Amino acid sequence: MADSYILKIFRGHPTHQYWEEFELEMVPSANIISSLMEIQRRPINRLGEKVAPVVWESGCLEEVCGSCSMLINGYPRQACTALIEQMINTTGQNTIRLAPLTKFPLVRDLIVDRSRMFEDLKRIHAWIDVGETSSNSQPGPKIYPEKQKVMYQLSTCMTCGCCLEACPQVNAHSAFIGPAAISQARLFNANPVGYTQRSLRLRPLMEEGGVSDCGNSQNCVQVCPKNIPLADSIAAVGRDVTFQALNDLFSFPDREE
Amino acid sequence: MNQFGKKNEVIVVGGGLSGLAAVMRLAEKGCHVKLVSVTKSKRSHSVCAQGGINAAINNKGEEDSPLIHAYDTIKGGDFLANQPPIIEMCLSAPGIINMMERLGCPFNRTPEGNLDFRRFGGTLYHRTAFCGASTGQQLLYALDEQVRKHEVLGKVERFESHEFMRLVLDEQGVARGIVIMDLFNMKLSVLKADAVVMATGGIGVIFKKSTNSTFCTGAANGRLFKQGMFYANGEFIQVHPTAIPGIDKLRLMSESARGEGGRIWVYGDSSRTIKAPNGEIVSCGKTGEPWYFLEEFYPAFANLIPRDIGSREILRICELGLGVNGEMQVYLDVSHLPDEKKEKLQSILEMYQKFTGDDPRKVPMRIFPAMHYTMGGAWVDWPAADDPDRWERFRQMTNLRGCFSIGEADYQYHGANRLGANALLACIFSGLVAGQEIPRYIDHLTTSYHETSSKYYEEALRLEEELKQDLLTRNGPENIYHLYDEMADWMTRHVTVKRDNRDLEATLNKLKELRERYQRIGLDDRSQFANQTYIFANEFGSMLELALAITKGALLRNEFRGAHFKPEFPERDDENWLKTTIARYDPTQSEPIISYQPIDLRHLKPILRDYTKAKKVKPTLENIPANITLPV
Repeated sequence: MADSYILKIFRGHPTHQYWEEFELEMVPSANIISSLMEIQRRPINRLGEKVAPVVWESGCLEEVCGSCSMLINGYPRQACTALIEQMINTTGQNTIRLAPLTKFPLVRDLIVDRSRMFEDLKRIHAWIDVGETSSNSQPGPKIYPEKQKVMYQLSTCMTCGCCLEACPQVNAHSAFIGPAAISQARLFNANPVGYTQRSLRLRPLMEEGGVSDCGNSQNCVQVCPKNIPLADSIAAVGRDVTFQALNDLFSFPDREE
Repeated sequence: MNQFGKKNEVIVVGGGLSGLAAVMRLAEKGCHVKLVSVTKSKRSHSVCAQGGINAAINNKGEEDSPLIHAYDTIKGGDFLANQPPIIEMCLSAPGIINMMERLGCPFNRTPEGNLDFRRFGGTLYHRTAFCGASTGQQLLYALDEQVRKHEVLGKVERFESHEFMRLVLDEQGVARGIVIMDLFNMKLSVLKADAVVMATGGIGVIFKKSTNSTFCTGAANGRLFKQGMFYANGEFIQVHPTAIPGIDKLRLMSESARGEGGRIWVYGDSSRTIKAPNGEIVSCGKTGEPWYFLEEFYPAFANLIPRDIGSREILRICELGLGVNGEMQVYLDVSHLPDEKKEKLQSILEMYQKFTGDDPRKVPMRIFPAMHYTMGGAWVDWPAADDPDRWERFRQMTNLRGCFSIGEADYQYHGANRLGANALLACIFSGLVAGQEIPRYIDHLTTSYHETSSKYYEEALRLEEELKQDLLTRNGPENIYHLYDEMADWMTRHVTVKRDNRDLEATLNKLKELRERYQRIGLDDRSQFANQTYIFANEFGSMLELALAITKGALLRNEFRGAHFKPEFPERDDENWLKTTIARYDPTQSEPIISYQPIDLRHLKPILRDYTKAKKVKPTLENIPANITLPV
């Protein structure tokens, strides 16, 4: 194990971003978060200058909250599970590059504003419509274990933004909603009650920026930290959108099921 | 429309499970809600709750019932909790599970498509509904989705990436709004409302070496404490027996690992002896063979004893030098479990592998106890269903009128030790209760916040602006993160599993010293944009005050009850200490003022808290009111 390693961080404000390097002492089981915490305690760069500590987002530190997404050696992932020693062993280099995600507005250093993902959830009606929660204490519909397993996996999406970052179709010139929201439409349509409300989720995905804007690069599946089958979701929802379009032309509610 | 011709306006601070439950219910009741949260609510600490949520639905043919659940909860909390709220929580639990199921929460299912239940600590029943091993995440998402719906309908306005800084109180001490800070551009502003709900969670960051998220600083409760809010039972801090050692945080290894059959062991050493819980001196297993010490000590509950007991036993074994390689670690083994059980635990087993490189499907995990949960919290009121003044008082309201507290932030449901899978339940339940009580509270108001003089808002804002200027311009030699490391280190060493009065006194003095040095900090970042150093420095002042309340409560309580273990006083002392600790801040004193309140024991008289014998009891709970109205 080397004695030290270097974090090379692309930091700054939207109008002024620059690389800055920090050299840190190697500690067993260190990860990117513990390294950034170390910089917080002793914010001195490699040139020996005292600088403002690097800022970043983090929460659970166990890969369930989605806060700490960033580019680590160019790859979008959660910083908490990025172990220093493992990465140095894999790359053979003792410098690790950190940068903020590029598909979202930059706030400062490694913090970006991912609000658009939450706005997208509103567009696709990402909830089950139920009556007043105080008025009914009966159980919900039965769901068989095989189906529950798929729904659970889809439901582990933590809106971290890695799939949008990796998707070539998500960019400043495109309205593409991205894999995360499409997969959520699949989740809510899988629910027996949600199924009856599926047109509310499918119709927005017929529009510009909807499911047909996917270029099928499948990068999303590669980077998803929760191994959600995003490409399957896009394919499945694509099929449902087509049926919905046909139903909208030719069918009546009583004839669907 | 309310009596003032306006819509009820409510602020909810905290977007975790409890806050979202309150927002949902308030929106359903026609209130307009402003939801303030330091992060996107989907990222709140509730996501870390792994194992499940308790409800005595009894679909495993075990003759379980909500009252047995209440009995287990009261006994698990070592009789420190007031009993009426626990009864109502447990009675509501089946309805809450059904509600969450209807909202789309993907609970695990039996082959028939019904809800599945697993076993958890401190009970002999299969009572815990779950979604794989990330139940909190799934419950949180289901409520976040409902709140998003209300947002689209214009009933909820979100202020995410904003931090609560101060409560605005009018001339009569009634809460009329709050001051918040935008965590991106650091601007302070005022939000006005008829009522304020605090759902800001626990305080794990005070201990640093905890299983809590980085958001769980306790600063919000600390700020309210400094504004006069009573903080109750602060000394009761849960240490979870099984966490993965780490340097940035101690990651939880859920109790569900043991609920599904995981076993705790160390290699035995027959040359050593230890005092078993039944008082006998026994040898420490057989040399060179796995020694399942919890199974030997507690044949009935085995690996599923309550958490405080588990943590103490693991510590005891490690102090004898029997830990893995002599270190402070023991094995938690799930490698023998069948594949379908491992699948139910998939997310936590993957997490263990990601952080340690070892595959727990093949080799035993190494774990150690870690600070996990805050049983204490804001003192809140609870008029029972049959109390004569039931409708003149308000449940979940703090001593600051109009300011409510729910979830882990309040003190109400867990007594001296929380049972696994009761936290998620208490969060949703207390959130729904607040959602019921607040419209009624607003009905009782004689003036609306619209009539509150603007001077109260301006004054609150001015105080926060001044504090900000003061902190940003302090020019001393002290580094805020170093002060924090010292505080966390002292708190973890002296105010967790085992407590000693001399250490507690030294900790109290240390905290006072840190308070002095805090005056002489100099920040490494003085900018006005997303300045996390400043944000933390501001939080630290209030965290220190809570740390003092916790430590002083622990110092004074000379007994052993639940999670509060003091070897000098090895017995529970009901004669002197069957009472609630209330800490109050007094700016003229160097230490918080501690007083006590009697505990409401109307349903179950204290019995011995024994987990060594296997017996499913049919408890008799007395005086259950006939007129209970549940929120679901």
